[in-house]
This record gives sequence, structure tokens and C-alpha cells, in this order.
Amino acid sequence: MSTLVYINSSNGIAKSGFEAITYAKKLGGDVVAVTNGNLAADQLGKLGEYGASKVLVDRSIVSNDPVQLTNLIAKAAETVGADTIVFSHDLVAKSVAPRLSVKLKAGLVAGAIDVPNGDKVKVNVFSGKAFGYVKLHSAKRIISLLPNSFQPEATGSACGVEDFNADAGTNSITVKDVKKPEGEIPLPEAELVVSAGRGLKGPENWGIVEDLAHALGAATACSRPVADIGWRPHHEHVGQTGVAIRPNLYIAAGISGAIQHLAGVNGSKVIVVINTDPEAPFFKAADYGVVGDAFEVLPRLTEAVKKFKASH
Amino acid sequence: MKILVCISKAPDTTSKIAFTDGNTKFDENGVQYIVNPYDEWYALVRALELKEANGGSVTIVTVGTAADEAVIRKALAIGADEAVRIDAEPVDAYYTAMQIAEYAKSNAFDLILTGKETINYNGSQVGGMIAEAMNMPYASLATKLDVSGNTATIDMEIVGGLEVADVQLPAVISCAKGMAEQRIPNMRGIMAARTKPLNVVAPAAIEPLTSFESYEMPAAKSACKMIDPANMDELVSLLHNEAKVI
Ligand SMILES: Cc1cc2nc3c(=O)[nH]c(=O)nc-3n(C[C@H](O)[C@H](O)[C@H](O)COP(=O)(O)OP(=O)(O)OC[C@H]3O[C@@H](n4cnc5c(N)ncnc54)[C@H](O)[C@@H]3O)c2cc1C
Ligand SMILES: Nc1ncnc2c1ncn2[C@@H]1O[C@H](COP(=O)(O)O)[C@@H](O)[C@H]1O
Repeated sequence: MSTLVYINSSNGIAKSGFEAITYAKKLGGDVVAVTNGNLAADQLGKLGEYGASKVLVDRSIVSNDPVQLTNLIAKAAETVGADTIVFSHDLVAKSVAPRLSVKLKAGLVAGAIDVPNGDKVKVNVFSGKAFGYVKLHSAKRIISLLPNSFQPEATGSACGVEDFNADAGTNSITVKDVKKPEGEIPLPEAELVVSAGRGLKGPENWGIVEDLAHALGAATACSRPVADIGWRPHHEHVGQTGVAIRPNLYIAAGISGAIQHLAGVNGSKVIVVINTDPEAPFFKAADYGVVGDAFEVLPRLTEAVKKFKASH
Repeated sequence: MKILVCISKAPDTTSKIAFTDGNTKFDENGVQYIVNPYDEWYALVRALELKEANGGSVTIVTVGTAADEAVIRKALAIGADEAVRIDAEPVDAYYTAMQIAEYAKSNAFDLILTGKETINYNGSQVGGMIAEAMNMPYASLATKLDVSGNTATIDMEIVGGLEVADVQLPAVISCAKGMAEQRIPNMRGIMAARTKPLNVVAPAAIEPLTSFESYEMPAAKSACKMIDPANMDELVSLLHNEAKVI
């Protein structure tokens, strides 16, 4: 039995890539990683520290084209005789894993949060309000692991990196331009998130939110109305109809905690709520609560974080 | 241009989530079903806008039972021309996608739109599976979609940014926030929806690859620890020593 892990290496290897290797290692059997693009061999070899026995890389596939990646992963799975294919449940996985599932007739578990128990795998359902157990009926299986469900465990040493040519065909999508805001932490990957809602009263007041985020090294997020009225960019909107996140720490200021908001953040390990209204529903979902005015509490918290960072 | 929009039902976002039959079934008691928000607000409305600008038709397709027809009529009221219901319980994403692909193969659509994900199962799977089965390009999580001739130009979410890309039609595209604005159906639309065609077709013989065996509610959160708003040093110390997140 062996497991193939697809690694998205377009921006270096994300923490979620090491998580996926650690997860594959827990399934037992040999773990082989496959990737595309042009990351240096010494960087790819680091996957060995987490349990990969080797890395296959097809450098002729330069973008993350879903059809080319489907062909690459199918070919690699055949070559190494893998019966399980693991992805990190990121944007690339969402465009590739469903295609691969049909191509290989392999059942797909999207957003797994635990190792399989027999032929059943645990996932979030109802936007994080409950868990479900998916049973696989197929001989081959694809598991797409929700980021931040497993901590990467480095136990071994670097592994070999081999060139692999999948003859993956032409691209199905022609990328014309890439727009990336400079220097920001992408929200889905952030371990610490500072978020604010309508309680902040206007876009001109977001400085106190950003100051706390900078002090912590956190990403910023917001509630839906705040994005809808244009106080903050759409990609910061978290919740049922926005981005679903599961950071280690989620700090919410001036957000009431409506059920649709909670649906996107209730996977967070620790939730801190700052609200003037002691009856705000968010306190029921919080680990730590502060009843107070965000305009006073946020700057005070920022100072406390800076003081802590200076002494640690 | 012929557009197919995949519509699924979803429990109203405020529904109480509970399970019955030894935690093997979703408890539908008192649950109101709505059109899955991504399918309605983004995929369907953008399809209607494209039709209004370029002509053509908008067909909606649902894999579901007769109980789903109320939700299908809602989508017709927003402006789709006709509906197709593939008469089967949507067991898993593979089963659902293969049914839609079978139907679409005999109908030459230029564009097949899905929502980003269903808000109950959140798999984001069906669109990519249809694309593979039909050998079409698939662009996932598009936030903007324009069509000119045989080319769709899209903005697509990537980690920490956006990609602008061209896709040749026919193609499958999944639709996320930003693509269009929600439309509220008016009285005329609701009246018209009653007489629009809703064709029921028999399902193809497909074996699902997965199934949901059981469900579980998360453990209740322990009580929230309240911190004095004047004492943020205490909060920082708890986050470091107790919660161990900073
Ligand atoms: C189908 C559907 C989908 C939805 N999807 C989402 C989603 O994905 N994400 C989302 O966020 N919402 C979503 N919503 C909207 C959701 O129901 C709420 O309306 C929204 O989350 C409220 O945003 P808010 O908490 O910022 O604003 P409000 O509800 O207005 O709350 C503001 C809060 O700030 C507090 N406050 C005021 N002043 C201060 C101050 N000085 N200091 C501290 N606190 C203060 C108030 O006590 C209040 O609790 C959805 C709704 C529907 C119907
Ligand atoms: N039963 C269904 N009938 C028609 N379309 C569906 C069905 N289930 C899912 N879809 C479509 O596929 C998209 C993704 O669903 P999912 O893979 O379940 O997250 C949805 O937003 C719908 O557009």
C-alpha cells in the first residue's frame, strides 16, 4: 500500500503541504510526493523530513492548470501504485481533486479532519455546525485534508527529488494576469486572525484593527455587511457565504456573532470576542470574552501584545 | 448562448442542525429549504445577466426528488427559462455530477455554471466532476465572468490573490461571491414561474463512490471566560499560558 501526496509548491511549500505529508504518513505505507513548477530540489527534499520517501516533480507544468495536474497526478499514482491520494484542501485541490476522482473512479473525501477509521473519514458538514462520517465504496480513494487539522511532525531527513515527465498535455485555462496584494498574509492560511464588524462604525476606524494584526503577525478579516458596504475588500469576508477559516486564534471585535458568521469561524481553536453588548450571541461561542468598547479595548490589547512580544 | 445552471437546495442558513435515526439522517423537522445561496445569488443571476446581454437561454437542473420542486420554482421565479429535475436522491457528489453530465451530453450547452459549494456538504466537488466527465475545462471559484464569442474571461481566486484567465467554451465554471448581486424575485416572476416548463427526467444507472454513514454534533463549548476590559495583559497572558496560541 502506498500513498501519493500532491504538493502545491507555487509559493514555496505551505505549512499545509507538510501537514498533508504528516497525515499520509499516519495512514501507514510508503509516502511519495508529487508536484509541478520550479521549486529548487533542496526545498522539495524537505518533504522527506515529514515522511515522504521521494518527491516526483514535473517542471514542464508551470501553472496549476487543473487538467494538466489531473493528468500528472493520475500518471504518478499509476507509476508508484498508490491506492490513496492526499491533497491539502486548498484552492488548487478544489479544482483538481474532483476531476481526478472521476478519472480514476476514486471516491473523494473533501475536507477531511481526521485519519480514516476503517473505510470512514470524518469531515465538517453544515458549514462547520456538525461532523459527518463519509464511507468510501471505491478501491482507490482521494482525501483532501482541511488545513490546520494536523500539526506537521518532522521526524526523518531530507529525501530524494526525481524529475518526472507526465506528458500532461496542453493547458485548459490560459492565465493572463495574476493580482496579489503585497505583504499580506493570505486569510485561509493564517494561524492568527483579527476580525471586525459593523461595531467599528466606518472604514476610517480600521487602523486599530490593523495595528493589533501587525503586532500579532495576524491576518485581518471582517463580517459580511462590512464587505458588502465596501468598508473592507470582499476577500476578507468570513462566514457561511464567505471564506471558512480555522486559525489557532480568532479575535472578533464589534461582531454580533450571527449564525452565518459563526459557520465560517467555529473551526477556530480559540475565539476571543470583544463587544459592548454582554448579550451578544458571539459570547456563547467564545473562549475568552471582553465586554467593552472596541475603540478602547483594541489599542489596549495591541499595547499588551507589544509588551509581551518585547519580553519573549 | 445556451447556459445550464446547477441548482441544489440547502437548509435555510438559520436552520437548527440536528440528526435522527441514530444520527444517520439530517432532521428535516421544521427545516425550510432555500436555493443554495451560491447557486442563486451568483451562478443563476450571472447566467441571467449574460442572457440579457447576449441572448440565448438559461436552463436550471437539479438532481432531487419531487419535494425539491418548491425550491426549483423559486429559481424559475428569479428568471430561468425552464427547469429540469433528474428524479433521484443525490447520494454523493459523484452520483449527482454523473447524472447532470448524462443530461448535459445530449443538450449542447455552451456554459455550465455551478455554485462554489453547497452550504450543507461544502464539498465543492460537483462542478469539477461534471467537467471531467464531459471533457471540458473547469475554472473553480470564479468571482467575475464575461463571455465574448467562444471565450469566457474570468477572475479566479488563488491563494492570496486573483488570477485573470481565458477559458474556451464549452466550459464548466463554479461561481463565488463578487460575480453578481442577489436578485429578489418580483410578483410577475413568481406568477410566470408557475407555468414555466419543469421537465422530470429519469436518472441514469450510476453507482455512487461515497456515502454519509453518520453524523455527530460538536461537543458543547465550555463557558466563556470573561476578562476585565481594563486588563488586556491578563488576556495576553491567558492566550500564551493557557490557550497556548501566541
Ligand atoms: C443567507 C445569509 C448568509 C449570510 N452569510 C454571512 C457570512 O458569511 N458572514 C457574516 O459575517 N454574515 C453573514 N450573514 C449576515 C449575518 O446574519 C449578520 O447580519 C452579520 O454577520 C452581522 O454583522 P456584524 O456582526 O458585523 O453586524 P451587527 O449585527 O450590526 O453587529 C455589530 C455588533 O457590534 C457591537 N458593537 C457596537 N459598537 C461597538 C463598539 N464600540 N465596540 C464593540 N462592539 C460594538 C454590537 O453590540 C453588535 O453586537 C448572512 C446572512 C444571511 C441571511
Ligand atoms: N443535487 C444537486 N442538483 C444540482 N446541482 C447540484 C446538486 N448538488 C450540488 N450541485 C451543484 O454543485 C455545486 C457544488 O456542490 P458541492 O460539490 O456539493 O459543494 C452546487 O453549488 C450546485 O451548483
